[in-house]
Order: sequence, then structure tokens, then C-alpha cells
Amino acid sequence: MQGVPLSWYLILSAILFALGVAGFLFRRSIITVFMSIELMLNAVNLSFVAFSYQFKQVDGHLFTFFVMVVAAAEAAVGLAIILTVFRNRATLNIDEINSLKY
Amino acid sequence: MDVFLFFLFAAIAVICAVNVVVQTHPISSALSLVGVMGALAVLYLLLGGEFIAMAQVIVYAGAIMVLFIFVIMLLNAGEESKQSKSLVAQFLGIPGFFALLVVLAFGILRLFPNAPRVRFGEFTSAGAEELGRSLFTQYLLPFEVVTVLILIAIVGAIVLARKEMD
Repeated sequence: MQGVPLSWYLILSAILFALGVAGFLFRRSIITVFMSIELMLNAVNLSFVAFSYQFKQVDGHLFTFFVMVVAAAEAAVGLAIILTVFRNRATLNIDEINSLKY
Repeated sequence: MDVFLFFLFAAIAVICAVNVVVQTHPISSALSLVGVMGALAVLYLLLGGEFIAMAQVIVYAGAIMVLFIFVIMLLNAGEESKQSKSLVAQFLGIPGFFALLVVLAFGILRLFPNAPRVRFGEFTSAGAEELGRSLFTQYLLPFEVVTVLILIAIVGAIVLARKEMD
């Protein structure tokens, strides 16, 4: 058995990233938008690990590790912001949270 | 065998990712995202990243998604209201998605026309020992910066989420 080419892993990563972008742009619920960001981070992590395999170095794994830590920090702060927004505006629809836009 | 495993878990990841985007209820999206993360953990294992696969399951699927589900339950988030009036989103959404995908895939295949094949067990030096050694020597400064960042995030989350005392 030969194994799959490395570029297929990268293409899978591209598919997941594009789905994350689509979810980020087209969904209206702020929580789902947030989950799309996590999906994009995961897609990039897969690329890091695949490149780490190609170059036979652990650096990609460490970057993945840092991305995980930053994602955890981002999730904690972001969800706290969502809680505060919901408390003040009583909505989760990003179309109605547009005071900063105008 | 690893070809079969790659296709199985790549298919699971893609189906769950599509489900994340198309489901209207946030809890369904969250559970599908857990599926994506589990499938990605198996793919990391196939690429030789045993430590990072465990960290993916524990940190992402275990901690971050639980945080999401807590917030969904706390806010009692229901079905998302359908009121997108944007014509651009209706007509350019799916073609735009495929355009982005084609551009990315074209770039990948152009940059790596004959990429090496992935064989399970060929790259084994990404265990906890090697990662720890590299993390605490070569990447010590980023590690310390990240610890400060996560401390700030903890304090910030508490400050943001507490009730205002009048």
C-alpha cells in the first residue's frame, strides 16, 4: 500500500477552511459565526501538521499547539463578550448588533 | 489501510463541517464541530502526531466545545431567524465558496505537483518527549508569551462576564 499524497491532506484542509469562511460569512447567529472561526483554525492546524510531516520536524506540531492555546483564549474572551452582548441587547442575531457599523 | 482510514475520516470531517454550516440550531452545529475535531485527531495520528492528536481531543473537543455548549445552554439559543435579505449572499454564496475552494486547491496542486506520500509510522519523532524538548528550548519565548496571553484571557473573561454591581 502506497499511502495518500500529502497534497490531499492540504486539499482537505482547504475544503474545511472554505467551509469555515462560508459559515463565517453567511450565518446570522453569533455563536455559529464563532464556531466557523474555530473550524478555520482547525483547518490551518491540519496544514501545519501535514507540513510538519513533510519536513520531518516538530515545529509544525508546536505551532498547532500555540494555535490551540490562542483558540482557547479567544473562545473564553469571545464567549464572555457574547454573554455581555446578549445581556445588553437580548439578541444573538448579528444583523441586529450593528451599532459600531454606522 | 491508511488510505482507507484517510478517506473515511476525511469524509467524516467534510460531512460534519458541512453540517456545521447548514444546521440552523447552534447545538447541532456544536456537535458537528466535535465530529470534525475527532476526525482531525485521527488524521493527526496518521501523520504521526500522537501528542497533538491527544491535545486536540482534550483541549478542543473536551474544553473549548464544552465552553461553547455551556454558553448555548446559558443563553438558551434557539433556531436562528431566517431574515437574510442580501441578494449578494443568495446568488454569489455557493459559487463564491467553490471559487475559493478551486483557487486554494489549484495553488496546492501547483506548489506540490509530486508531493511525497504519507505512510503511517514513517515520522515518529513528534511524541511528547521531542515536543517538550523543543518547546522548552527553542520555543521558550513564545511559550512564555502564550502563558501571559492566557492569563490575560482568563482575567478578561471574568471581567467581561461578571454582573455589574451598582
